[in-house]
Amino acid sequence: MPIVSAGLSALLKQSWRKTSATLAIGSLSFSLLLSLYAFAHVLSDWMAGIATREVVNFTWIQFGTSNVDLGWVLDPLSAIMLVMVSFVGLLIFIYSTGYMKHDENFTRFFCFMSLFAGAMLGVVIANSLLLLFMFWEIVGLTSYLLIGFWYQRPAAAAAAKKAFLTTRIGDVLFLLGIVWLFAQTGTLLLYNNGAGSIESAALSLLLSQPAALGLTAAGAIGLLIFAGAAGKSGQFPLHVWLPDAMEGPTPVSALIHAATMVAAGVYLIARVYPLMAAGALAGGTTTALTVVTWVGATTAVFAALIAVAQNDIKRILAYSTVSQLGYMMAGLGIGGVAVGIFHLITHAFFKALLFLGAGSVIHGCHEEQNVRRMGGLKSDMPLTFLTYAIGMLALCGFPLLSGFWSKDSILEAAQHWSVAKAPFYMLVFGALLTAFYMTRQMAYVFGGHWRGGKPAHESPAVMTAPLGILAFFAMTLGFIGTPAWPWFRAFLDGKTAEFDWHVLLEPGLLTLMGISTVVVLLGIILAWKIYGDRSPRPTAPDALEKAAPIAWGWLSNKFYVDEFYGATVIAFYAWWARVSDWLDRRVWGGVVAGVAWLFSMGARLNRFLDTNVVDGGFDKGCEELTVGGGLLSRMQTGRVQTYLRILALAVVVLAAILIWSYKT
Amino acid sequence: MTPLAGYLLVAALLFSIGLAGALTRRNAILVLIGIELMLNAANLNLIAFWRYGPHPEALTGMMFAIFSIAVAAAEAAVGLGLVIQIHRHAKTTDLDQMNRMKG
Repeated sequence: MPIVSAGLSALLKQSWRKTSATLAIGSLSFSLLLSLYAFAHVLSDWMAGIATREVVNFTWIQFGTSNVDLGWVLDPLSAIMLVMVSFVGLLIFIYSTGYMKHDENFTRFFCFMSLFAGAMLGVVIANSLLLLFMFWEIVGLTSYLLIGFWYQRPAAAAAAKKAFLTTRIGDVLFLLGIVWLFAQTGTLLLYNNGAGSIESAALSLLLSQPAALGLTAAGAIGLLIFAGAAGKSGQFPLHVWLPDAMEGPTPVSALIHAATMVAAGVYLIARVYPLMAAGALAGGTTTALTVVTWVGATTAVFAALIAVAQNDIKRILAYSTVSQLGYMMAGLGIGGVAVGIFHLITHAFFKALLFLGAGSVIHGCHEEQNVRRMGGLKSDMPLTFLTYAIGMLALCGFPLLSGFWSKDSILEAAQHWSVAKAPFYMLVFGALLTAFYMTRQMAYVFGGHWRGGKPAHESPAVMTAPLGILAFFAMTLGFIGTPAWPWFRAFLDGKTAEFDWHVLLEPGLLTLMGISTVVVLLGIILAWKIYGDRSPRPTAPDALEKAAPIAWGWLSNKFYVDEFYGATVIAFYAWWARVSDWLDRRVWGGVVAGVAWLFSMGARLNRFLDTNVVDGGFDKGCEELTVGGGLLSRMQTGRVQTYLRILALAVVVLAAILIWSYKT
Repeated sequence: MTPLAGYLLVAALLFSIGLAGALTRRNAILVLIGIELMLNAANLNLIAFWRYGPHPEALTGMMFAIFSIAVAAAEAAVGLGLVIQIHRHAKTTDLDQMNRMKG
């Protein structure tokens, strides 16, 4: 297994430099093969009853007595994520070759995409929070680059900036959490044969350290890490960047903002789940998990409400993603790793499907994104319609499709949550809204008659083939985690799964499944009654807008969260910037000017001394030298015989002196 | 008067003639000839002092003289070469006109 890890890491660096689509797809296929190999390895171990957790650690920096270690980890969680990321990524890559065919920056696009895929795989297999953070930041960077891919558009550039800054808020808190964890435990390795930071020894140490507000250090660190995850996964206070991120090319939206990157936050929480859950009593929960649950449930409902009133096809999906991420977070908070990650995996498939379908629609409708200018695509784009419908039903949680099973397991966990019942009702309401807005979107896009300009056309096979594959998985993937055969949960927990048909018929579960089916059908029927086959003119007010204009206004303006941030945070920063500016100009500027004046005075004095004392003395010396040189040079006449004469004279004089001295 | 004094007198006479020639003549070649005369006067002295000195059996004086003659020959060659070059360059051998290297 070290070989696989080394191969993967080598591949990451390699895939960064791949510039053309072929190389990008090739490298990703290769990493898919490696992932599958790793997965098969874990699977066979699991079959043999061994819980795999293979780690490869190495020292990165050593200072004093403490090391910063990095490493890779392979366990069921990372194995299944590896397969998911590389598989969905590969399909999206293939799709992109069709979608981006006419873009002049094709190479750059694939370079970024490969970098992203490599970094995402790095996040998944990192066995050190520090390493994870590095890849996390690379992922953030590529997200920025890809959202702003069409940098000529001001909206795209602004959205890229917004995404970068908003996630940065979460990342700073995340980094604080990492530093704190390092200070407490002295290691950032997650697993290290009992010495890792989320293994029992370190956890009991963390639990014994009290932090502020009645939290233990473990709880506080957990909350800080959750802040990072919330930033990346678009949870409630930090969700504003995700819908704006739809300015990027559609495959980017599918890959990053639906299937993988936003899942990184959820994955992070799952990865450090022992830390989040540390100190829980039997059947109880912890502060960190409670916060996660509430934020998740709030986000789920909040974003679903907004999605009802959007007109941009990708924005609807974006809010839907935010909402579903809320479900995952709530699932993690309530039901543990298996529940949240199960929804993550199924969601990755059907949301990628929906986004790629939306891309196909946009492509077919000549870059039109407003759902109210579409319509009747059912007959124009039959393949897209079919796959999109499957994705939509899976997202709504239509019975027997994948979303049904994963959402139900969250609902089931929420129903039995000991702290409060409210999240359960919120999530059920969210499910209703999900069915409603997705049906509304379907009705606008595919129902009625065509309201746009040029007639739409079906996309090429290179785009529809991935749609078909994803649709297949969106339909069937749920069966790995049905209550009757909880294979997925058992796989993650390292237990064996028993096939038990009768679990399905337990009264509690049956009621729950009944409720969710009814809710979904209710949402679909309600939306169909309002929107079905009407094809209103694009400029006419929405059916709901007529019924409740005020509420509609709130919804279509996304609860004014952007405006709220504009009025508070950004206004504060602007004010603070003005204050700083004033301070700079008046106070610091004055001080600097004073110092500068002092120095210039000193310089003036210096110059005076230079010109009058030093220069004068020097000039005099030079003059004397010149005069002396002139005198001496006059002696050199150039006449040889003059020299000779002087020489002879000198010899005579010398001889005279000698004779004289000899005599006396 | 000892034979030594005679030799020395001849050498002094020779030296004076050479010096006078070197100082009065304007022609560079004649000046060189004067210098050669002075050198030979010096050689004569060397031989004389050796022959009538305390150790006439050691050949030191002769060695000195031969060295001196060899060096003088080399010097004359260089000097004549210079004169020829100057003549080619300036079309004259008059030393008074060769004053371009003054400071």
